[in-house]
Amino acid sequence: MRLIARGLACRRAGRVVFHDLDFSLSKGEALALRGRNGAGKTSLLRVIAGLVPASAGTLELEGGEAEAPIGEQCHFVGPASGIKPVLTVRENLEFWMGFQGGSASVASALDAVGIGNLAPLPARYLSAGQQRRLALAAIIATRRPIWLLDEPLNALDADGAAMLNGLIRNHLGDGGIVVAATHADIEAGTRTLHLEAS
Amino acid sequence: MTGRALSALTVRELRLAVRIGGSALLGTLFFLIVVTVVPFAVGPDLKLLARLGPAFLWIGALLASLLSIDRLFQADTDDGSLDLLMLSSTPLELVVLVKCLVHWLTTGLPLVVAAPVLGLLLDMDGMQLLSVTGTLLIGTPALTMIGAVGAALTASLRRGGLLLAVIVLPVTIPVLVFGVSAAAAATGGTVPALTPFLVLGALTLASLALAPFAAAAALRVGLE
Repeated sequence: MRLIARGLACRRAGRVVFHDLDFSLSKGEALALRGRNGAGKTSLLRVIAGLVPASAGTLELEGGEAEAPIGEQCHFVGPASGIKPVLTVRENLEFWMGFQGGSASVASALDAVGIGNLAPLPARYLSAGQQRRLALAAIIATRRPIWLLDEPLNALDADGAAMLNGLIRNHLGDGGIVVAATHADIEAGTRTLHLEAS
Repeated sequence: MTGRALSALTVRELRLAVRIGGSALLGTLFFLIVVTVVPFAVGPDLKLLARLGPAFLWIGALLASLLSIDRLFQADTDDGSLDLLMLSSTPLELVVLVKCLVHWLTTGLPLVVAAPVLGLLLDMDGMQLLSVTGTLLIGTPALTMIGAVGAALTASLRRGGLLLAVIVLPVTIPVLVFGVSAAAAATGGTVPALTPFLVLGALTLASLALAPFAAAAALRVGLE
């Protein structure tokens, strides 16, 4: 499986966010996006997911499911993670697993991110870090080859950061691809793409 | 796969509607208040009340539907759910349809059930109550579907509720016209009762067929 971008450009509100971006990621590889605020890290993730159309260039996934758009083979974890505060932690996760077709058990996914004891609690009582962990539980509960992580370390404590690195390592070991926009260091051995604000 | 996704979505929407801050009973309470206020404004003339009854019930239902529909997509846009709903093999049009269906079940249907009870406050007789309830049953899905297009257009705006009403109200006029005239015709009028009923049904079917596509397109544009 290879994710290949050629001459990718994105324009939002009439402003060119980035242009002529080339990269290629094979399975088991991770790419860290670096750059100042506004350099287009999040925009690039959204372009890869297909949530924002690229204004130029192409993006293709070799060896994935040819019929499905790339977005359907991606997990996207952004600053807002789709958690409904009035539903319990378990209900939130059950929904995303049901909707995305996950087959893991709810309890084991919650345990894997260290919030197994919070399952019956309404999600509005979760701290920001615990919400982030719940979002991560949703992406490990359903297998998709590409993970797009937007500032995944935000709000996570040292333990959480180590856990996330472990999850990323496992995912890469399974032949997945990770693209992460981050200021801190994630998993060693990742390649880095510097985005310049234009 | 799609079936499982849609049933998961249905369960979530139903849970959200009945939990704190959900819209399930709020619309019905609003409906009750609007209809209760009418006799105070119109005065104690029972004949007048009975004649205006179907119109007031329809206006109450229209406002109650609009009141609750502005959060239909806004909540999902705010908390990032919409992004994730789009990264799925389930077509967004079906997601819209399911959300509308649950919205109607939790706000439209209670209005229909409450209508005959509230009609008593307006001194309507049995036949009138039956016809108004019937027209509301046929017509309120159209209000939800039309409202959903407005909700999708205003999903990314903060405080889009007022704009939603301005966009949606003019479009709902045909539903209102045929709803009220069908209810009035059933209890003696100049037109045969069946004609406005059929037009009302056609409006609902057309909105069911077209609105999911319009709303999904509006949501996609709104994300960019």
